[in-house]
Amino acid sequence: MKKYLSFFRLRFIMGLQYRAAALAGIVTQFVWGFMEILMFRAFYRADAAAFPMEFSALSSYVWLQQAFLALFAAWMMENEIMDSIVTGNISYELCRPISIYNMWYTRSIANRLARAFLRCFPILAVAVFIPKPYGIAAPASLLHFLLFLITLVLGLAVTVSFCMLIYVLTFFTVSAQGLRIVFMSVVDFFTGGLIPLPFFPEKIQRVMELLPFASMQNVALRIYSGSMSGYEMKKAIILQIFWLVAVTAVGKLLCRIAEKRIVVQGG
Amino acid sequence: MTASNKLTAFNNRINNKKKSSIKLYFHYISINIRCMMQYKTSFFLNVTGQFLVSFTVFLSMFFMFERFRSVEGFTYSEVLLCFSTMLLAFSLAEMFARGFDTFSGMVRGGDFDRILVRPRSEIMQVLGSKFELTRIGRMLQAIVMFVYGIMASGIAWNFSRIITIIFMITGGTVIFSALFLIYAALCFFTLDGLEFMNVFTDGAREFGQYPTAIYGKKMLLFTTFVIPYSLFQYYPLLFLTGRSDNIILMFLPLVACWFMIPAFLLWKYGVRHYKSSGS
Amino acid sequence: MITMENVCKTYKIAKRNAGFAQACKSLFRREYETIRALNDVSFTIGDGEMVGYIGPNGAGKSSTIKILSGILTPDSGTVLVDGRVPQKNRIEHVKHIGVVFGQRSQLWWDVPVIDSFELLKDIYSIPESDYKNNLEELKELLDLSELLRSPARQLSLGQRMRCEIAASLLHSPRILFLDEPTIGLDAVSKLAVRDFILKLNKTHGTTVILTTHDMQDIEALTSRIILIGKGRILMDGTLDDIKKGSDSNIDETIAELYRTYEI
Repeated sequence: MKKYLSFFRLRFIMGLQYRAAALAGIVTQFVWGFMEILMFRAFYRADAAAFPMEFSALSSYVWLQQAFLALFAAWMMENEIMDSIVTGNISYELCRPISIYNMWYTRSIANRLARAFLRCFPILAVAVFIPKPYGIAAPASLLHFLLFLITLVLGLAVTVSFCMLIYVLTFFTVSAQGLRIVFMSVVDFFTGGLIPLPFFPEKIQRVMELLPFASMQNVALRIYSGSMSGYEMKKAIILQIFWLVAVTAVGKLLCRIAEKRIVVQGG
Repeated sequence: MTASNKLTAFNNRINNKKKSSIKLYFHYISINIRCMMQYKTSFFLNVTGQFLVSFTVFLSMFFMFERFRSVEGFTYSEVLLCFSTMLLAFSLAEMFARGFDTFSGMVRGGDFDRILVRPRSEIMQVLGSKFELTRIGRMLQAIVMFVYGIMASGIAWNFSRIITIIFMITGGTVIFSALFLIYAALCFFTLDGLEFMNVFTDGAREFGQYPTAIYGKKMLLFTTFVIPYSLFQYYPLLFLTGRSDNIILMFLPLVACWFMIPAFLLWKYGVRHYKSSGS
Repeated sequence: MITMENVCKTYKIAKRNAGFAQACKSLFRREYETIRALNDVSFTIGDGEMVGYIGPNGAGKSSTIKILSGILTPDSGTVLVDGRVPQKNRIEHVKHIGVVFGQRSQLWWDVPVIDSFELLKDIYSIPESDYKNNLEELKELLDLSELLRSPARQLSLGQRMRCEIAASLLHSPRILFLDEPTIGLDAVSKLAVRDFILKLNKTHGTTVILTTHDMQDIEALTSRIILIGKGRILMDGTLDDIKKGSDSNIDETIAELYRTYEI
């Protein structure tokens, strides 16, 4: 466990080094969130009755999404991992007395946390002071807030597990980059990154909520904003746990197969 | 030699130079394509990915209109037209000016030094160094949407409207290219923190699918006078959809091209800075 | 003819410190330090000369090459290359020089080498007949005929370096700058490269300026050596001047020199 921790610490420091990048990220995400809210406002004005949630809930959703972008953005992949597979440097990593899957998992979590840690506070701090209904509102209750924290962590874990699956799949493909691009192009859509899932037509929404993508950012953001509660909430959390176990298991299994292949082929 | 002879000789020289530049640019494109064809699978997956990205954006918009029917008085088909011209302009700019988009790598890796020891304009070499054919995926998407948008729009097409839409695409391509150029120029000063430029390129593409006026008055002013997105998007769209008869609106996309001037000056300044700091 | 007179150049670079506390601190404040890359550098190199430019890493070798090739503008001092000021009219200047950066490639990775050459022909607007003659000659001297059809990524380092050198000479430059041309090459390729440079100098009278860490390069190629350290010219003379009074081999002599000058 200690080796993972020291690894985590190292990654975290490295993430902190890039202050200009962090500042730029904050500005970008702030503007992005602002524009998104303006866009939804235009639709809200067109037909308020058709809006599937409170407008203030949508604002909270958008600001949290921007603040924690680094935790859930599937496109923020670890280029180093991809490169080490493509160039074959992976054989060095295989020499270390450590499970590749666990190491990469730690590394991804550390990177994402370091990024999010720097970026979330300024965004949230500003968003709190934006007047209602455009700013971020208080959570529905203390329980909702606690559940938000839990589902946030679960969502991060599912996201990283899913990314791991893609890293591992690059062992088996000729075009790592292409595979990644095709995956990433759809993930954003299915997780509710473009528009929150409640804005989809009902039938489609029902199917989408069962997919692993809905277990990423969707649950936490909607629990906080209060657009999900009761039975729906319980179901979503159970699904999150299910997908976390399932995706991780498949990833680990494939990783083991891939490792064997490397040993056989001699890297 | 008489004065007129001299002038002809001068003109010929300029023409030859132009011809050789165009020839060189096509040579660059051809070598880029040959390189890409070495990795066909990657290329096709990339194209598919590019296509899917913009397709999901379109789907989101489609679902929004399923629910809301119209936004600020603009119908689905009108927004579709707006979306597709924006996407078309963006992908054209991205395809040709991709060298600027990946310019940070060029500065970091020292490849810009190589450009400086060659007897051609820096811009020309950067443009040639990377021609991104995979953007054809986005462009395909844009073209399909564009044709669909034109058919569904119910606009009575006449000469001035056709010209307007051509101007819109041209103006948009120029503005996006200028933004890429600004991004590249900034790479001379700093390599981290340039992420915020995405707001003006990717952000504009994403949010520019809707007429800029839906984002409120202040945003409209900003996109008219600071970064002139509205000049090639919202205003000519008013003319196109018959909301206004003012013929001036038709030419605004060409006015928007002024934006290239500061971009170019910044680039020149950046090159000078690079030469004195050598970073 | 190349002349540099009293050339100075300084850089400012940001310090980056290790450790968690330092990383947090640098979020708010960043320290800079000024590096004097060149400090009052003067020398003259005549037409057709071959000069070895040596010194430890960071001594100012690359800065000199960059200034002479017009990439970098000096802070003060005058630079003249064949009567041109390099940083003034870049395009006119670089038509007449060739540069090989040993650590970087100018060949397109994924297409046959000859395709890169064809592109260079258009970049430098080399007339068809000149291009043909030069290519023939380079092909023969550098033994390229087998290599030109394969993509650069499939070549060995030595093979690639031969192609790189050819690429820098297609437009028959009067001056050739070689920045560590033999770095990482195997013995056979090294000899081939050295041999070629000698021939080039003899038959075309091309001025060659060579930076290297490999003293055998210097021994084989150049009679004149310029030693630079901490941005200053410490020595400008012949190989014999350096070796004077010592019978140890050249690597030891140079190491001794570095120690004497504390560089």
